[in-house]
Amino acid sequence: MESDECVIVLGEDVGAAGGAFKVTEGLQERFGVRRVIDTPISETAILGGAMGAAIAGLRPVAEMMFVEFAGVALDQLVTEAATVRYLSRGQLNVPMVLRTAVGGGQGFGAQHSQVLDHWFTSSPGLKVAMPADPNSAYHITRLAIWDDDPVVVLEHKGLYGDRGEVDLEEPPWAIGEAVTMRVGQDVTIVAAGAMVSVALAAAETNPGWSADVIDLRWLRPWDVDQVLASVAKTGVLVTVEEAGPSAGWGGDVSLTVCQTLWSRMKFPPLRVTTPDAPVPHAQELERRFLPNAEYVVQQVSSLLETGSVPLPWWEYR
Amino acid sequence: MSIESPEHLRRRGLASDLGRLKRMIEIREVEETIQSLYSAGEIRGSTHLYSGQEAVAVGLASVAPLGDTVACTYRGHGMALALGMEPTAVIGEVCGRSTGCVGGIGGSMHLCDPSIGLLPTFAIVGAQIPVAVGVALASAYRAADSVAWAVLGDGATNIGAFHESLNMASVMGLPVVFVIENNLYGEYSPLRWTTPLDDLFRRGEAYDMRAAAVDGQDVHAVAEALAEARSHAAAGRGPSLIEAKTYRYSGHSRSDLGLYRSADEVQTWVSRDPIGILAERIWPEGHSSRLSEMVEQVRSEVRAATEHALRPMPPIDKVEMLRHITG
Repeated sequence: MESDECVIVLGEDVGAAGGAFKVTEGLQERFGVRRVIDTPISETAILGGAMGAAIAGLRPVAEMMFVEFAGVALDQLVTEAATVRYLSRGQLNVPMVLRTAVGGGQGFGAQHSQVLDHWFTSSPGLKVAMPADPNSAYHITRLAIWDDDPVVVLEHKGLYGDRGEVDLEEPPWAIGEAVTMRVGQDVTIVAAGAMVSVALAAAETNPGWSADVIDLRWLRPWDVDQVLASVAKTGVLVTVEEAGPSAGWGGDVSLTVCQTLWSRMKFPPLRVTTPDAPVPHAQELERRFLPNAEYVVQQVSSLLETGSVPLPWWEYR
Repeated sequence: MSIESPEHLRRRGLASDLGRLKRMIEIREVEETIQSLYSAGEIRGSTHLYSGQEAVAVGLASVAPLGDTVACTYRGHGMALALGMEPTAVIGEVCGRSTGCVGGIGGSMHLCDPSIGLLPTFAIVGAQIPVAVGVALASAYRAADSVAWAVLGDGATNIGAFHESLNMASVMGLPVVFVIENNLYGEYSPLRWTTPLDDLFRRGEAYDMRAAAVDGQDVHAVAEALAEARSHAAAGRGPSLIEAKTYRYSGHSRSDLGLYRSADEVQTWVSRDPIGILAERIWPEGHSSRLSEMVEQVRSEVRAATEHALRPMPPIDKVEMLRHITG
C-alpha cells in the first residue's frame, strides 16, 4: 500500500475495527478512509465492487470475514471476475484479491469452519493460494496483490495467532510454486494451509519412515513438477487436506501423479481428509474431525505396512 | 491530431437528431437481421433482442462521453451499436465468426469493446450492477470526471445485487447512474406477478437516492433525464436511479414468442414506437416517406455489414479458446 496508491482495501469492518481477525489492524489509521473502506454487509457489492474497481485500474484487496460469506457472492468471482480477461480477449483484466478466513479448530461450528477451496479451484481465470505460516502469508499476499488476475487467498483462522519471522529480503516467489519443507525417502506428503504444520509434526515424530513434506502454497495453479519429482523418488503419495474427500485438491493431485508415475508407485495414493460431513462444534468432536499429526502418522504407517489404504480414524469406535 | 476510430466517430454521430434516428433504425434492422439469421440456422445459443427499446440505448450513448463505462445486460446488441460498435462486429459476434467484436469467443450475450466503454455484457441477471459501482468507486478515488452506468432490466430489481449496489453507491456517494429498462416482463412473467410496484424508480427512495421515471420511447426524454443524472454524478453529488418505461417487441429470448401478451398491448406500444416518435419530431410534415427513405438506406448498409460479417474467413484458430484465461 505504501508503494502503490492503486492498492485499496475493502470489506466488512476492515477499517475502524481492523478486521474481525485484526489482519487489517492499523491500516485505516495509516492510509485513511479512502484507501481502507468499511463497507455495508453486502458481499455481492464488495466482490462486484472490487471487480469493477480492478477493471478500472485499482488493485483492490477485498475481505470476506469468513469464506462461507463468499458463497453469497460467488457469481461475482467465479462467473464474472474470472471471465473478464477471456471475454475481452485480454483487453481487460481484474487485478483483485479476495482474502478470506477459512478452516476449523476454534469451535465456530458448521457454517464458519469450512475451507471450501474447491469453490474457487474449479474456476479457470482464478488463482488460489493457501499460506501456511507468517512468511508465506506475507509473500503470497504480495504476489496476489501485484498479480494482474483475480487471486483468492485462503487464510486459516488457526494460523492468525502464529508468530514467526518474515524474510523481507527474499526474492519474490512465483505464483504456483510449492516448497519442500522437509526432505525424506519413504513417502511424499503434500499439504497446504494449516495442514502443513500437521504434516510436518507427523514427519518429525520419528515414526519409522521419513517423508518429503511439500507445502503446496498454491492450489491453482499447483506445482505439478515439484510433486512429481518427489513421488518419482519416494514412490508413495499422501495428501493432507482440511476438507472432506469430495472434490478436494488431493483428488486432483493424486490423479495427476498416478497418471504420470503409475508404474513407479509402490502403493495407491492416500488422501488424508476430514469426514464427508459438516464441521461439528463440540471440542472433542472437532478434534476427532480434523486431521492431526497422530492421525497422519497412523494413516501413513498403516499404508506403508499393509500396502493398502487404511480406514480413516473416524471409522474406528 | 490522432485519427478517430470508426467507433468513436459513430459515437459522435449521436449528437444530432438525425444521427440518433439513424442509429435507432440501425439497431432495429440489426435485430431483425439477427432474428432471420437465427431462423436460417446461422446462430447458436440464445439471443435477446432489443427491438422497441432503442431510445434507451441511444439516449444513454448520446449523453455518455467516451471515458464513461457501461455495464450492460445480455440484451446488449442495441447498447453496443449505440455506443459505437459497428454492425459487422455485432452480427459477426452473434454468429460466432472471427469478424465479431471478440472474434466469436463471446456470442450474443458477451459483446465487448473497452474502447467505447463497453464491458463484456453480463449474462447473469443483475451481475453488472455492483461492477458498475466498483468502476464508480475507482473514478471517485481518482477524482476523475468519468461516470459508470449500470443498465438493468425490471427483473433485476428483485435480485440482491441490485439492492446491495444501490445501498453501497448511495452510502458512498459514488458517480454511477442506474438505468432500469422496464420492459414490463421479467423473462416470461409480467412485472406485477413478481413485483409489488409498477414504478420501479420508487425503489430508490429506500436508499435515499435521486430517482425518476422517464418515457423510454422518447429519446429526447431519455437523454435529458440521463444527462441530468450524469451531471449530478460527475459533480460528486452521488448516484441516480432512472427508470425508462419501455417495451420489448419480441419475446424474452429466441425460444419465446411472447404469446403471454395480448395483441392489444403490443399494438399500444408499437403505436408509440421510438423511431416513429423521433421521426415525427424531426419532420413534422410528411415524415413517413422520409423515414422510409432512411430505413431503406440503413437496411442496405446493414445488409452489406451482414455480408461482411459472414464473408468466408479462415477458420478461427483453435488455440484461441485456450488464450486470455489468465495473464
